[in-house]
Order: sequence, then C-alpha cells, then structure tokens
Amino acid sequence: MGAGHHHQLYLPGDSVVHRLPPQCKLLAVLAFAIVVVATPRERFWAFAAYAALLAAVAVAARVPAGHIVRRMAIEIPFVLFAFLIPVIGLGERTTVLGLSLSVPGLWAAWNILAKATLGVVASILLAATTEPRVILVGAQRLRLPSLLVQIAMFMLRYMDVIVDEMRRMRVARESRGFVARDVRHIPVLARSAGALFIRSYERGERVHLAMLSRGYTGEMPITHDISASVRQWGTALALPAVALAIWGLPW
Amino acid sequence: MGPTVVNSLEVRQLAYAYPDGTQALFGVDLSIARGERVALLGPNGAGKTTLVMHLNGILTAGHGTVTVAGTPVAKDTLKEIRQRVGLVFQDPDDQLFMPTVRDDVAFGPANAGVRGAELDRVVEDALDQVGMLEFADRPPHHLSFGQRRRVAVATVLAMRPEILVLDEPSSNLDPAARRELAEILRSLDVTVLMVTHDLPYALELCERALILSGGVIAADGPTRELLADTGLLARHRLELPYGFAIPAG
Repeated sequence: MGAGHHHQLYLPGDSVVHRLPPQCKLLAVLAFAIVVVATPRERFWAFAAYAALLAAVAVAARVPAGHIVRRMAIEIPFVLFAFLIPVIGLGERTTVLGLSLSVPGLWAAWNILAKATLGVVASILLAATTEPRVILVGAQRLRLPSLLVQIAMFMLRYMDVIVDEMRRMRVARESRGFVARDVRHIPVLARSAGALFIRSYERGERVHLAMLSRGYTGEMPITHDISASVRQWGTALALPAVALAIWGLPW
Repeated sequence: MGPTVVNSLEVRQLAYAYPDGTQALFGVDLSIARGERVALLGPNGAGKTTLVMHLNGILTAGHGTVTVAGTPVAKDTLKEIRQRVGLVFQDPDDQLFMPTVRDDVAFGPANAGVRGAELDRVVEDALDQVGMLEFADRPPHHLSFGQRRRVAVATVLAMRPEILVLDEPSSNLDPAARRELAEILRSLDVTVLMVTHDLPYALELCERALILSGGVIAADGPTRELLADTGLLARHRLELPYGFAIPAG
C-alpha cells in the first residue's frame, strides 16, 4: 500500500498557523503572492522584507528550514530557465566572471527567481500547516467552482489507488521478464499507460454510480463547515497586509 | 406478518436489453418481505449486476416494474428510491470516495439534507453498527480491505435503507474478515438481498435463496434445499466448494 504519500507536504502540529481556518490561509497566501508579483523588481529591500515575513510565519508555525528547502526542489526547472535568460538575452551586455551576460536578461532572471521563490515558500508553508483535504474545504468556502474542488478531491482520494494499480502493472510486466532499457521499450510502457487510463476511467464511472446511489446531485454537501472569526481573518491577513505596507513604503 | 404489510422489494416481469442489443434480463419476478435475508445466486453473466442496477434506478426497466416498499422506481421517485435501497458495491474503493471515513458515511444523509448534531449521530450510529467507529477520522486508503468493506456497508446504513443490497460481499475477504462481516450482517435489523456465488456464505446468512440464470429466476426456495439439489446447481453452473457438505440442521 502506498500509505499516505501525499502527506509529505503536511507537518502535523498545533501552532497558531495550523489552527487558522483554511479559507483564511488560502486567501492570505493568494493576496501575499499578488503583492509580491506587483512589487517592482528594483526594490531589493522589499523582497528581503517579504522573505523575513515568511521566515516569521515559518517560526510561528514551527516549520523547520530543512522541510522548506527540501520541498523547494519543485522550483528547479524555473531556476534553470531563469539562469538561461541572461545568457541568451538581448540588449546591453555586461561581463560576469568572464561570461558575457545581457543586463535586461539579468533583471528578468532576478525578477522570476525572487518572485517565484517567495510564492513557492508561501505555498509550502500553507501546505505544511494545512492538510490537503482541509485546503479543499477552504477552497469550497471561498466559493471556488465546485467542479474544480471535486476534481481535486477525487485526485487526492484516488492517487494512492492509481499508484497502487501502476505498481501492480509494473510487477506484472517485470514478472514476465520485461525491463525498460531503451527507447524500443517505450511502446510497451505507452500501452501500460493506456490501460491504466482506461482502468481509471472505468473506476470513475463506478464511483459515479456509487455517488448517484447515495443521492448525489452534482454538489458536494458541506457537512462540517469551518467558519472563521474576524480575529482569525485578521491574523491570517496580517501577512499580506504587512507585505502591502512594505510595498507602499517610500523607497 | 399480515397480508397488509408491503414487501420491501417487488420485481415484476423485469426485462432489460443493453443499448448494444444484448438482452440481459428476460422477465424477472421476485418479492422480498420486510426483514428477510435473501441470497441471489447465479453464475457470472447471469444478469445479477444488471438486476441490481435496476433496484435503485441506475438502469431503468425496458419492461416490467420494480417497487420498493410500495414506491415504484421511476424518474420522479429516484431520490426517495436511492435513499431506501442501499447498494454496497463489490470494490470498496469505488464506494468510498471521500477523504475520510466520517465524510464518506455522512455523504448520503447530507445529500438528504441532514445536518449538524443529527448528522453526527447518524454517522456514528452507522459506524458503530459495523464496529468501525474508532476509525471515523481515518482516510479510507489507510484501512484494510475488510475494514473498507465494513465502512462501505456503514455508508449505506447511514441512509436508513429499507433494503440493503450487497454485491459479492465476501469477495477478497480473508476468513476472519469474512466471519466478522457475517456477524455484522446478522446483527442488522434490515432486509438484505445478497448477490453472490459464494454458496456457503449464502447458506450461513440467508434462509431463502433465488437462482438467477439466463436472465430469469430459475429457482426460489429455502437456501438449504436449493443447495442440496446438485442437479439444479449443475444446470446453472453453480457448485459447492470441494469438501463442503451442508451441515445437518
């Protein structure tokens, strides 16, 4: 059983941040990201201040730095792309360590790196302090399209089931002597992927029948509503509010 | 039981052909009284699943009628019918689609408009009946197969059904889980229709059995008598497992 592999992001705890209702945290992260993206890239100090804000949240949530750094790996493709821009960029050029780099390219790379990193760290903090299913309850509260929330919910629920099925198919292939070594084996893997898709599709139909059998009408019933107090909203929105204040400072 | 008591389930002359033209049911007649536990036996391909799909209106009859506690299955009664007929599917992973056991058991009653403390009570009641209350806040994929099947039964019990319909309840269960489920099913105060080809399980749990074969009810009687008739079983591709003898009762 692939037990709980999607809990890798979540760090159980009982901090102030953990206890905040999910809709508050979701909105706070979204607002923070908007402020970060709207900040002119020349304001280096503002970005440093944003990073300090996130560090403060991490301390309050008792999320260790190591947890955040490891999960920042998801950003690597963007980092590689950002490093390429100054090399292939046009316009005025400057020489760094014997390498001719484009000045607008450097600015663009910095812009992407700084803003993406802040956004990713904010999301990691959200995921570390909120269980995936609870995030979805928050999304439902924020009136996100019900269909999207349901799709995400089913993905969460069936990820393990499908990964398990994939593992069984791999075991079945390898039991009959198949080892994927080079490109000639791609068609075999592609057929497996196709079979997996069909199996999952059929499961989807069966799940839909099971849902209909229990009175599903297209809407997920909200069974236990998590309502947020004014104070909780205040606590959560302090993050984007302070960021906005930093943004508004005369530089 | 007086003659005025309505049956939990009445199926009259039910026939059905799939859209591709394959005829699966050729006029099924059966009735199940309230409180009965009945086994529906039949080989693979006899039309068992097709019949089950008619009981709560997932498929609509090509010909004939299905009546649940006096209410005919029709478009405008679907909501009520689905509350009264509790279908437990064969693969619990198909049935348990919510993030936690509690959410899943709450799904049916919540769709029916139950909320708050009443909903909590209904959910806990149902989980208690299958001995799974302590797992209420677990995600279903952290449970064993037998536990998931018990939760699947609870999801349906929470809807307070008139009749519980189980599709192959003993499949994939280890002997202990199989016995535990049997004990639970016997303790429930509800009409049960159990679709299976696990003949010893049918004998253990149901006083009465029906044989569905070739899209019609081929036999209807006490489970013990039906299973003792080796000729009848053989005609419908059914057989008792090796070494199994019907215990003297």
